Amino acid sequence: MIDGNDKSSIIRMFHVHKQYGVKKALIDINLDVFKNEFLFITGPSGAGKSTLLKLLYYGEPVSEGQILIDGMNVFRISCSRIPFLRRKFGIIFQDYKLIPTKSVFDNVALVLEAIGRKRQLIRKKVNSVLRMVGMEERSKSFPQSLSGGEQQRVAVARAIVGVPKIILADEPTGSLDSESANIIVDLLKGFHARGGTVIVATHDKELLRTTDNRIIHLKEGQQIK
Amino acid sequence: MILFYKKAIQDILDNRFLNVITIITISLSILIVSALSLFFVNANDIMSSWKKGISIIAYLKPDIVETALPEIKGKIQGMYGVAEVEFISKEEAMKRLKEQMKGHSSLLADLQENPLPDAFKISLLTSSAGSKRVENLAAQIEAMPSIEEAEYGRRWLERFTNVFDLFRFTGYAMVGIFFIAVVFIVANTIRLVIYSRQNEIEIMRLVGATDRFIKTPFYIEGLIQGAIGGIIGLAALFVIFILITLNVGQVSSSDIFHIRFLSPGVLCGIMLCSIFVGWLGCYISLKQFLKYETG
Repeated sequence: MIDGNDKSSIIRMFHVHKQYGVKKALIDINLDVFKNEFLFITGPSGAGKSTLLKLLYYGEPVSEGQILIDGMNVFRISCSRIPFLRRKFGIIFQDYKLIPTKSVFDNVALVLEAIGRKRQLIRKKVNSVLRMVGMEERSKSFPQSLSGGEQQRVAVARAIVGVPKIILADEPTGSLDSESANIIVDLLKGFHARGGTVIVATHDKELLRTTDNRIIHLKEGQQIK
Repeated sequence: MILFYKKAIQDILDNRFLNVITIITISLSILIVSALSLFFVNANDIMSSWKKGISIIAYLKPDIVETALPEIKGKIQGMYGVAEVEFISKEEAMKRLKEQMKGHSSLLADLQENPLPDAFKISLLTSSAGSKRVENLAAQIEAMPSIEEAEYGRRWLERFTNVFDLFRFTGYAMVGIFFIAVVFIVANTIRLVIYSRQNEIEIMRLVGATDRFIKTPFYIEGLIQGAIGGIIGLAALFVIFILITLNVGQVSSSDIFHIRFLSPGVLCGIMLCSIFVGWLGCYISLKQFLKYETG
């Protein structure tokens, strides 16, 4: 069901299905995400939270239904447009997905290099974002030498450095202690406060208990009303 | 573009082992291919010099009068593929035969009469020295009423032409096979590099890097590998060439033939092929690897 809210939507999902062979991972998902919304998606393991996020950035193709991202139809997207769709997002993963052979600085700079920004601007922006997440001192370090919390802060820096419209965070606090988790949540709140849209897939009960933002529940691939 | 070159050089340094193997593979292949080219260029020179020596001897009928000779000579001279026509009288022929048989002059001493006929020695243009062309020309000359017989060493010429054609065909086939083998070896080596960086490429795609951004450094890597491999292969060939010419200097400087290195044009062609091999290997690997799963 589509919300009749008059706030403008940045993401719209219409009767979305996702199937892997005979297994149905998502069934008839209808969802609007509004600009500058902070949305949680929760549910038990295997409920389809990660799959739903993957469909948004075309990590997986949709089996059936329509998805509109900031005016872009994901179902009909051509391969050459996928990178441009992904630039609308900053993506954070539970396992950080940092490149082990690159320094903290280079991991974050990669986003701006990929979109063809000039070197001087890259240096300025990356340093600024690393300062924001408290990792400026470790800019020359490599991911293996960082703690889990530090690696996730670098991942947040990488997600926000390109100034995306939406941040997708898949279990961003799942591997972290509570102190590191709080830092990450605060960074996401900061991005939201600056006008960004945030979607967090989590089953962190503490995080959900303390929020007054909208929460979408999934169970066995279906949206629970 | 500078960023892409920096990335490519960094990638080569990061994956030194695989890249060195690729460069060695290309070098060896270029060495073999260019050695074959060198052999064929020189073999071709030798064959050409031999072809210059090919001639037809047209024996005249005994009743031909001397006044008819200029007309016959003119007719032969006007035929396609003929370079020069020389009249050899039977006296001249006997004199030459005696010179050739100096050690056995007693064999000719008892002859009452000169049995040799008057003849024309017909030298051919190099371009017309193929077995079929010589055969046609000989038949044309033999068909003239004043000519008794035209002789040109048919069997020798046919064998010579067949051997040369076989050499040439084998050379082309070997160059082709080496080219395909090198492309696949390079493609597989680059595929190994890509697999070793699969996670990195996946992350680059997640942050919105276009395929061009991901592929370009690999293509530059392929071009660099091809260029370095080509230079090493040709340099090795040059060293081998120098060593061979120093050791067989006497033969090479003789009048029979002169061993020469590949011309700048051929060297450029081999270098371009080498660079193309590097690029093509990359293209094949990346085409298979970088595909989006579409719904």
